[in-house]
Amino acid sequence: MKQILVQKDAYYDSVFLMLINQDVKKIEGITEAVVSMGTELNVELLGEMGLVNEEVTAATPNDLIIAVEGRDDAAVTVAIEAARELLNKKSSSEEGAAYRPSSLTAAVKAIPEANLVVISLPGEFAAREVRKALMNDLHVMLFSDNVSLEQEIELKNLARDRGLLMMGPDCGTAIINGKPLCFSNVVRRGTIGIVAASGTGLQEVACSIEKLDAGVTQAIGTGGRDLKNEKVGGTMMLMGIEALKNDEMTKVITVVSKPPAATVAATVIDALKRTGKPCVVHFIGLDKRPAEGNVHYAGNLEEAAGMAVALTRNESYEPRVFTIPTGDVDALVDRETQKMAGGQVNLRGLYTGGTLADESMILLYDALGGVYSFESKDPEFVLKDPHRSQGHTIVDLGEDVFTVGRPHPMIDPSTRTDRIEKEMEDDTMAVMLLDCVLGYGSHPDPAGAMVPFLKDAKDRAAGRGGYLSIIASVTGTGGDFQNMDEQRRKLEAIGVVVMPSNYQAAMLALEIMNKVGQR
Amino acid sequence: MNVAKINKLFGEEINAINMGLESFAENLQREGVAVTQVEWRPPAGGDKELAALLDSLEANRDLDIDAANREAAQRILSGKPTLIDIGIAGEVIPGMHKKLILHAGPPVTWDRMCGPLKGAVLGGIVYEGLAADLAEAEKLAAGGEITFEPCHHHDAVGPMAGVVTASMPVWIMENTTFGNRAYATLNEGLGKVLRYGANGTEVIEKLRWMADELAPILRKALALRGSIDMKNIIAQLLQMGDEGHNRNRAGTSLFIRELAPYLVQLDDPKEKLARVLAFMHENDHFFLNLSMPASKCTVDAARYIEGSSIITTMARNGTDFGIRISGLGDAWFTGPAGMVDGLYLPGYTAEDAAPDIGDSVITETAGIGGFAMAAAPAIVKFVGGTPADAINFTKRMYEITAIENDTYQIPNLDFRGTPTAIDVLKVVETGILPAINTGIAHKEPGVGMVGAGLVEPPVSCFTDAVKAFVKKYGR
Repeated sequence: MKQILVQKDAYYDSVFLMLINQDVKKIEGITEAVVSMGTELNVELLGEMGLVNEEVTAATPNDLIIAVEGRDDAAVTVAIEAARELLNKKSSSEEGAAYRPSSLTAAVKAIPEANLVVISLPGEFAAREVRKALMNDLHVMLFSDNVSLEQEIELKNLARDRGLLMMGPDCGTAIINGKPLCFSNVVRRGTIGIVAASGTGLQEVACSIEKLDAGVTQAIGTGGRDLKNEKVGGTMMLMGIEALKNDEMTKVITVVSKPPAATVAATVIDALKRTGKPCVVHFIGLDKRPAEGNVHYAGNLEEAAGMAVALTRNESYEPRVFTIPTGDVDALVDRETQKMAGGQVNLRGLYTGGTLADESMILLYDALGGVYSFESKDPEFVLKDPHRSQGHTIVDLGEDVFTVGRPHPMIDPSTRTDRIEKEMEDDTMAVMLLDCVLGYGSHPDPAGAMVPFLKDAKDRAAGRGGYLSIIASVTGTGGDFQNMDEQRRKLEAIGVVVMPSNYQAAMLALEIMNKVGQR
Repeated sequence: MNVAKINKLFGEEINAINMGLESFAENLQREGVAVTQVEWRPPAGGDKELAALLDSLEANRDLDIDAANREAAQRILSGKPTLIDIGIAGEVIPGMHKKLILHAGPPVTWDRMCGPLKGAVLGGIVYEGLAADLAEAEKLAAGGEITFEPCHHHDAVGPMAGVVTASMPVWIMENTTFGNRAYATLNEGLGKVLRYGANGTEVIEKLRWMADELAPILRKALALRGSIDMKNIIAQLLQMGDEGHNRNRAGTSLFIRELAPYLVQLDDPKEKLARVLAFMHENDHFFLNLSMPASKCTVDAARYIEGSSIITTMARNGTDFGIRISGLGDAWFTGPAGMVDGLYLPGYTAEDAAPDIGDSVITETAGIGGFAMAAAPAIVKFVGGTPADAINFTKRMYEITAIENDTYQIPNLDFRGTPTAIDVLKVVETGILPAINTGIAHKEPGVGMVGAGLVEPPVSCFTDAVKAFVKKYGR
């Protein structure tokens, strides 16, 4: 079987054609192949090989000849197609190495196999790029904030119509196919799928899962407004749940969110019930409920992880506050309160993770009879000056009011260390409660950056004849580049009590405050 | 709810595009993820109003700009510039007459013409015998006796001053796919030449020799040879280190190869034939006056396509830089001609330079010239020094073009087609201006070429064109 094609006036370099020739000859079932320009010599050669027809004899050096002989029609057709493809092959080998496309459109053109766009541009420009990404069938992680609610609704509707992920806006973290995006920890792959409308909430749950020697299939972020706002209506949460339902690797689905709108919460629960897979829900600030069928309710972030892991192992979950023996907790409380002075009565929570601050706030608010913060629901407990603590105070230092002109405190610890310097002057402070968030995106040594200030604060309290108790937790994994064990050691070396989770840290702080109250 | 695409993503390797914080890309790289960082800039140079205009076009679903641009680009790709003959301007160029002088660039009046253009116009008047000397010519030019029109209004193109007068011989290029033609004079060589505004006796004498001896001999050889496929030659020269605008050494050589066997068959005296061959051989830019009309007749086929934002003309006259858009008819959008950033011949500096001038930027409009810079490592000095710079130079142009050429390929880029069919919407969107290679004329008439380099077109002509485009097609 032979096939001969002559393409008039199609010039190609002869060396280039020789290479194509080689490749075409290698195709299975091909006995002879010539891809060459119609020079006199080549035409003669083709004649000797019997690959000649009228068109070939009439060909000029400007005409391209593709002549193939092979076992059967199919093989020859494949070879001709291959030759054509090689002739028109676009270079992509070194594309993207040194050269950077200057627009999304150009990037898509250069990397047609791209499947995800991470966008952290200024908010005012972000929506436009998200729209383009979605129109190009690319999934989106939108880290940027300052994207309006109207834009969020429009973009999420577009994403839903096109069946794509649109994580965000203001989505700080996600783990897709085991790969950490933006602010994210290195968590091993496993069987638990997470959808979260809360950044550090997702990080805390994922890290807690890793601490229990289990792993994550996907951790999808939705952005904080996804469930909060009825108009957004949990669009991305519902899509995430649906995708995890269809995902064979995912055995257990875990959902975490800041307090959702009531109608949205009901829709999400319904969706979870329909998955038929065991599900764990934690809506931060909502009371724990008994399980309904396949849907289990967790009371805190660590518990959400614990319940999910137990479900993957078909074990029953035993709720408990502390994972260390009760006796040890009591001893810790005694040790931490022993040397405190009489005037030390206040708790100060200085957080870099928003959801972690929320979690502690909710755990401690009623128990301590009200806690001041920058955005308290109770006007009586709104800080007069956000930069100055009063009574019991918990602040999320990632709020815009604290970061003016500075990067987020997870990147730049100075916002918090400045605050610690201020707090250490206050002799009413009994307990300082902290987070320490590791992972990509975060500062390379958040513990090390705090330690000198924390030591100073402890020394000051001692100098005043008292004792400052500092309780912290480290959100991270062994895979994180900051080295979790070393971070923990740095804190412990100066007498900071490091608890296994933010929940336990807050609960220990509460025990200590209770003890303080009994004095 | 269809989430099949999300589940598909779960089964794939992530291949990410990162826009914004570079550390996010670096982190992904550390985790072994393929990631492309976008060198993002605010759209439309941060001009929100303009960005909103661009968005309004996208929002208009009745208007299929992409389809119109595909059509325009396809026309450019399917064009087949063919050299068919040499003729006399007054006899072959539509609308040409004795008192009409064609010039490069968008329309310009005598009083606004730059030095080199004025010089060339005066030389042209004398050459035509309309005036006995330059002083008399100046009176005619200033007195309204002479009509000035752009070459581009008469299917012609001219390098630098681009002056064409009625009795000059011109190449006749035909786009055989569409049947339209383009014209350009024969290249005069370097040194004191009319296109750089020189107009002394030796300049006029050389022009006469070209009309009396060079053109007729070449015409006879060409007649013997038969028409020449220019597309083929351009495809080859790109693989031989030319880009068809600032380097034409390979093109000139190829052209001589095409004609030499026929030149030697002519009955003209050996000395004359030798003069013709030597003239072509001694002028590395002889081919420029062929690559230009070849480009012109190719791009012209893409004019007047409703809804197309492809740039079909770029040209400068030393005062203004102007562009025309396929979907916007005959309208010119102009801005001040820039100064060329370049290298100077011994004895000259930037002080001596005239602003950007010439129709030669038609090569870039057709996807060669600066757009094929990666193909011409020999002249990388113009773009900052290294072949890598030249490659990035070309790669950037893919971002503002509609298509990759299927015939003009760049060996350095693994035979990727040159970026072709400039989209004015993309230019404004990305802020990437077309890369233009060019020669530099002395600002005083009559001195000639002083260097060569790169020039940036004025942003305003592109933004003005986009505004007009939105006015016509937006909602």
